[in-house]
Amino acid sequence: MKVRLKFRKYGNMKFIGHLDMMRYFQKAIRRSGIPVCYSEGFSPHMIMSFASPLGVGLTSDGEYLDIEVNGELSPAMAVKRLNETGAEGVEVLSLQKIPDGKASNAMALVTAADYRVSFREGCAPAGGWQERFSEFLKQPSIFILKETKKNTRELDIRPLIYEARCGDDCVFLKLAAGSAENLKPELVMEAFASYSKTSFPEFAFLIHRLELYADGKTQGGPRFVPLSDLGEAF
Amino acid sequence: MRKLALEDTLLLKIEKPARYLGNEIHAVQKDKSRISIRFCMCFPDVYEIGMSHLGIQILYDMFNRWEDVWCERVYSPWGDLDARMREQDIPLFALESQDPVRDFDFLGITLQYEMCYTNVLQILDLSGIPLHASCRTEADPIVIGGGPCAYNPEPLAEFFDLFYMGEGETSYRALLDAYRESQARGGSRKEFLERATAIPGIYVPSLYTVTYRTDGTIKAMEPNNRHAPKKVKKQLVSHMDHTYYPVKPLVPFVKVTQDRVVLEIQRGCIRGCRFCQAGMLYRPTRERSLEELKAYAKEMLESTGHEEISLSSLSSSDYSRLPELIEFLMEYLEGKCINISLPSLRIDAFSLDVMSKVQDVRKSSLTFAPEAGSQRLRDVINKGLTEEDILEGAGAAFEGGWTKVKLYFMLGLPTETLEDQKEIARLAEKIARRYYEIPKDQRNGKCQITVSTSFFVPKPFTPFQWVPMCSQEEFLAKAHVVNAEIREQLNRKSMKYNWHEADVTVLEGIFARGDRRLSQVLEAAYKKGCLFDSWSECFHPELWREAFEETGIDPAFYTTRPRKKDECFPWDFIDIGVSKDFLYREWERALAGTVTPNCRSQCQGCGAGQYRTGVCPGKDADTSQAREEAKGETVRESTT
Repeated sequence: MKVRLKFRKYGNMKFIGHLDMMRYFQKAIRRSGIPVCYSEGFSPHMIMSFASPLGVGLTSDGEYLDIEVNGELSPAMAVKRLNETGAEGVEVLSLQKIPDGKASNAMALVTAADYRVSFREGCAPAGGWQERFSEFLKQPSIFILKETKKNTRELDIRPLIYEARCGDDCVFLKLAAGSAENLKPELVMEAFASYSKTSFPEFAFLIHRLELYADGKTQGGPRFVPLSDLGEAF
Repeated sequence: MRKLALEDTLLLKIEKPARYLGNEIHAVQKDKSRISIRFCMCFPDVYEIGMSHLGIQILYDMFNRWEDVWCERVYSPWGDLDARMREQDIPLFALESQDPVRDFDFLGITLQYEMCYTNVLQILDLSGIPLHASCRTEADPIVIGGGPCAYNPEPLAEFFDLFYMGEGETSYRALLDAYRESQARGGSRKEFLERATAIPGIYVPSLYTVTYRTDGTIKAMEPNNRHAPKKVKKQLVSHMDHTYYPVKPLVPFVKVTQDRVVLEIQRGCIRGCRFCQAGMLYRPTRERSLEELKAYAKEMLESTGHEEISLSSLSSSDYSRLPELIEFLMEYLEGKCINISLPSLRIDAFSLDVMSKVQDVRKSSLTFAPEAGSQRLRDVINKGLTEEDILEGAGAAFEGGWTKVKLYFMLGLPTETLEDQKEIARLAEKIARRYYEIPKDQRNGKCQITVSTSFFVPKPFTPFQWVPMCSQEEFLAKAHVVNAEIREQLNRKSMKYNWHEADVTVLEGIFARGDRRLSQVLEAAYKKGCLFDSWSECFHPELWREAFEETGIDPAFYTTRPRKKDECFPWDFIDIGVSKDFLYREWERALAGTVTPNCRSQCQGCGAGQYRTGVCPGKDADTSQAREEAKGETVRESTT
């Protein structure tokens, strides 16, 4: 049975990078006693895949990882055990059953992510920036210079910004995410800065991921469906 | 959520910020207001190394079981953070509370190898604690040293308030109680240190004066305070089952060197290899009981979620209940996808059978440590492994599907000849030939024999403590001899040869048998920027050379100088149980090429019998031969 785990990452755990989070969950799952499946062969590893890596420094309310289990499992008990034996700063929110097969993999499904970008103390732009931000978004295209391993190329990020709105002291962004197209929120903010002919200091943003979405249209549903809506309780 | 000592923006700039958070699984938080003693335990190297050390995990667990104590940890900040802490005047902090180390009652630093000594100064310096113990005030923590290098603490004497000789489980409670009483009475730092000398195993360097002869050797080391004992006696755990074991060890987020459950099956070693300091320091050999180990293994795997368990000891094959323990583990771990790692195991039919079940034969390699190339030299060092053992083990392994063999040797051992060096290559050749004896259709391509040599460093409390060490040039010449001889072999294409750096080995040798006068060299080198000397990319031999020149200290005095039988060594004031007479007898037997049987087959009366525990015979009966021998030792010792 395939199972999807939703968790949030907060506080000092934001300094733990993606690879270490994978190690963390491998150990956490073993500590919790969940009957998890391993790959075959001489050096078996836990079958586990994360929906989307979260960068160092970011916090999140909507992280997902899929595992396979092969025994009796009470979701409520498993969540309780994972949190009891886990670290402060990682809270497992739910455990759901998801359909078998590769198509249901969290990583393959992710198409968009919501972010809240706020500003580190003293890093907020000058007053009235919200209006400038609306103007910035009204542009038909927003070109940035994207560095790849080989060269630097121009990229229009406007189509990858699905939604954006400003709060009093933060910006909400719904951006393309996943393996096909992916846009990091800081790139949007930097494009905004260069549009406003200013710049932000290093580490100016506090970025919080709110949710990860799958494309719902294929099933005739809404365009963006939170990953947790695809699973079912068991 | 705890407030961190470092700003977010700083943590995001440095490598692996997880090293400095202190929020690992099983890290202990306590309410400061209900604690009377705050102890900061330090491993003076980078986090990934320090976190892999079992000793600190044991002591951390022990201290934190005590309600009045909160033990926290600190490791050497890596260079990137070190630079920023100095720039921004950020004091070094303990991981759990993130409070400055200088606010603690104690700073305990474990000394596992000589090449961490500059890091000791870094820890003190970044903490804002005066480097010299004599400059510290009532506001500074008491700085304690322990671990194997504390058995010659003299090169660090200036920098420590006290040293703890022996296993930490035994005397710490008494030491902390003495501290509490002293604090309650409003006693001074000096008064506490004087009182501490009454606790077995505690050495306060400032209470001793060393005088020297004109040739530079020590004339005498005498207490200069009526409280200080003439000799400090090593402390050890008598009953391994009535002691502490961390069943909930810390589980770090970043991958550390020892990313697994470590199960210490025994302490000490019965073998008596003459170059090995641990083999003498941890006498007598004491085993943990099978039942306890089974329970610990289960509990630790469950509490950590680690995917591997490793048995730890100096020589696992000598653990008397090893087959039962391994059988239990294999049964318990069946289907759990948890590996068993078995270091320091003798290669024979039993171990090959076990390994073929727990490892991927195609990928894993077998390790032999003959230490010397020829049987003659192996007899000198009392390494029991024979050529037949190695060829038989390797042969059985090759037939079992293994193709990779690692061989470890030392160069520069006492009495070593050109022939002995060349024998290293020839032994590798014999192993390769053994592989190619297997019919072509039954073997798996080429074999791969990796020969590694390190350079021999004579250590205190070994039968080789009297011998001159080779110079850097001599060491390198020996490595070249081995390298050339390997190239002469028929199966050279199946062999690979690595040798250790010679310059860092020489420095290790200086400090290993060094005295108090080396404190100034160490300080000078640190001030020139030496740090993380055990990391080849950080090691600066030219700065060390300058430090020796400027302080007028001749390195050769400590390394290549021959020592007389009756020379007073800087570490002679420590009583490890094993007598100097026994060590000298072993040195004479080494010169004669006479092998000494292991502790289990025949007691040699080394003196460790006085602890009346472990492998030593007569621990229950007063009339045994060993007791007589041990008494004889004491008499002999007092007459020299």
